[in-house]
Amino acid sequence: MANPKDAVKEKSMIIQKEMLAKQFNDLSKARETGKKVCYTFVPGNLIELILSFDMLPVYPEINALQSGMRKKSAGYIKDAEKMGHSEDVCTYVKCDIGMMLNGNIGPTGEKLPDPDLLLLSYTGCFTFLKWFENLNRLYPNAEIAMLHTPYQEDGQITQEQIEYMIKQLKEDVIPKFEKVTGKKFDEAKLKKLLDNSVQAEDYWVKILQLAKNKPSPIDAYFAGVYYMGPINTAFRGSEECLEYYKELYKEVKERADQKLLPVTPEGEMKHERFRLVVEGPPNWTNFREFWKIFYDMGAVIVASTYTKVGGVYDLGYRQNPEKPLESLATYCMGCYTNLNLPQRVDLIEKYVKEYQADGFLINSIKSCNSFSAGQLMIMREIEQRTGVPVGFIESDLVDPRYFSYANIKNRLESYFQMLEQRKIILSQESLTV
Amino acid sequence: MNNIEEILSWCEKTAFDLNFNHAKQWKNNDSKRVIVGYLPIYVPREIIHASNGIAVGIMGTGDRKQIIKGDAYYQSYICHLPRGIIELALDNNLEGFDGFLFPAICDCVRNLSGMFKLSKKGKFQRYFDYAQNFDPFIGGTFYKHEMEKVLDDIYNVNGIKATKENLNNAIKLYNINRRLIEEIYDIRQKYPWRLSAVDTYHLLRAGICITVEEHNEILHKILNVIRNERGEAMDNIRVVVSGSFCEQPPVGLIKSIEMAGCYIVDDDFMLGSRWIQGDIADNTDDPLGAITDAYLNQSTFSSCYYDVGNPKGKRLVELVKRREADGVIFSAASFCDPALLDRPEMQKECDVAGVPHINFQYHENTGQFKVIKEQAGTFSDSIKLWA
Ligand code: SF4
Ligand code: SF4
Repeated sequence: MANPKDAVKEKSMIIQKEMLAKQFNDLSKARETGKKVCYTFVPGNLIELILSFDMLPVYPEINALQSGMRKKSAGYIKDAEKMGHSEDVCTYVKCDIGMMLNGNIGPTGEKLPDPDLLLLSYTGCFTFLKWFENLNRLYPNAEIAMLHTPYQEDGQITQEQIEYMIKQLKEDVIPKFEKVTGKKFDEAKLKKLLDNSVQAEDYWVKILQLAKNKPSPIDAYFAGVYYMGPINTAFRGSEECLEYYKELYKEVKERADQKLLPVTPEGEMKHERFRLVVEGPPNWTNFREFWKIFYDMGAVIVASTYTKVGGVYDLGYRQNPEKPLESLATYCMGCYTNLNLPQRVDLIEKYVKEYQADGFLINSIKSCNSFSAGQLMIMREIEQRTGVPVGFIESDLVDPRYFSYANIKNRLESYFQMLEQRKIILSQESLTV
Repeated sequence: MNNIEEILSWCEKTAFDLNFNHAKQWKNNDSKRVIVGYLPIYVPREIIHASNGIAVGIMGTGDRKQIIKGDAYYQSYICHLPRGIIELALDNNLEGFDGFLFPAICDCVRNLSGMFKLSKKGKFQRYFDYAQNFDPFIGGTFYKHEMEKVLDDIYNVNGIKATKENLNNAIKLYNINRRLIEEIYDIRQKYPWRLSAVDTYHLLRAGICITVEEHNEILHKILNVIRNERGEAMDNIRVVVSGSFCEQPPVGLIKSIEMAGCYIVDDDFMLGSRWIQGDIADNTDDPLGAITDAYLNQSTFSSCYYDVGNPKGKRLVELVKRREADGVIFSAASFCDPALLDRPEMQKECDVAGVPHINFQYHENTGQFKVIKEQAGTFSDSIKLWA
């Protein structure tokens, strides 16, 4: 492992940092500049539509995860519990509500503006509905638009579902945007943004697929959550986003060509001992410690489902600028958590095989039923279908009470031992063949 | 079976027969009959009836079955209901069911639909999405499609298409059913001692395991008895129980609440049977349209129904007033996100309206009610004192 000080900031990192800084700066000045603010969720977000109306997005989940990383979430969660929220429910919601109760101070230390529009694109998680009902009560003056996104229960997106979505967009969602911003819907602008999205999506897929190389040049989970930021949140469709992914692709491709391993907070990894596919969101409160357990053991995550919450582009889906509303509808319905369980299993199986993973690991999140319910069955199915050893750990997104370092480390160490033994057995078998 | 005690004991037995023998016997009498199992909360049972089927509510195992395999399918922080249902499926209790409907109530039930798909339980497994857009041309059209999918599923099993006549007839029968149930609640509002909350619960829960015709007959018989005075009035307070719409509270909990001095004058235990408020038009050329219309405009308030514009807290307070209740008991299953996430706002509305409330959490197989009884007892005493 290289010395931390050797870790150089790559150009893509600088681009992303600047994008974020500008975003928060714009948000802090939204009231002065007259920009309207839209609160919405990450999965199935309609960012191109939001940007086409020159609105600024705020993602409550991102606030929550940043609060987790900044060690603020414990206090926020406590405050939400004090106001009557149960210990048992999604901690993202409680963290966000707690943050609002404490003045809604964003990661830059400045207050986030109140929403002008609450856009509930209710994709892949039932809790979003509850969350927005709560937000609606906290911000009674904000306009609220609901986009009910049908679940892919039959493992496909049907024409009726698309029509339902388009009708909602046309009759309810877009008119609310127009009302809030005082602007007319500009289809040409939306098409241009979608066109940029398509190009960024192409780069994003190529970047993720570079992890098929041995060794993988990226960690598709721990670093993946940084890489996915622009495309999954506030920037998809923008020129900067496209620039970012072009640059990132260039860098990762170079790393792959040079057979370099992923960059971690402590520098570049030197050995790839295990290649893993991971299901479930990461823990944010102890993110670095958590990641370190993996890279210390030479474990690289070559594919993850969490990076697909904003779209499973590697299955071929791309935005379609020619049919903008249909494109948004299909995009919303295609996110990972909107896939049914058989589709999720198929996807993971494909990852294990195509990325030549040594193992499959689930990080089960205590407060997230959308991911967690059914994971043990997913695990069995993957074990049966691929034969790779499966592992299971539990933590939470932003509630530090449910991150037990010792427990997780012990479990992972045993899991890595199991992977090691299997490698030995497999190599012996291949010698005898 | 005319004696009320006999009827109620039959209802209890039928409600908790986890092999659903009554429905299976009904099916066995005709090769074209189907059983469609549905999870909480609501599905339009009319469409199943009209397709020569029986809709059977699968409300979990309660404390009637030891969960062994089901626990291996769920992490400890997931509610109890789906593990019981998986146990039933793995133990072949649901053998003979032709299909399953998983209403859009939460991500656990949603993902359970996928687990049934993966393990190929039944001939169809369908997630039944509730429209969350209430415009008739948008959400209405979508909802109608959802029903049509179910009708196609059943048609693929038994070859029977639900005709307009059959649909209208089914609507008629369920209208009667809802009216009779409401009459029981109305009587219990004034004279809760005439039929205990536990008996009412058994009566309603049996109704989701038998045909609507049979249930209507039973309800008639019970009503004929409780329209007249029986039992003995106690100095109890009146409460509405809220939050138990999916994973059901153990019967011991319901009993404990009443024994602690609280008459339950309304609740959401068997919410699916009471989902549509009032009648659905039963003589139209478009019965699916009529059911859709009722879903859009006559649904009760619920945690799985987007409530902006008509918040459920306010509707709960209205219900409390209509039932002349003294307070609310929020009673939700542990780890039930929909119920628990709604609770603070609903409590706030109660506070604003001056309605006292307490809350519990339970698992369907909770066995100890001492604490709950004490809490409910203190609640009852304090209300009596202030009153
Ligand atoms: S339940 Fe999971 S997907 Fe839903 S809001 Fe919470 S963390 Fe996000
Ligand atoms: S009890 Fe609550 S969380 Fe569990 S399945 Fe029912 S609605 Fe979902």
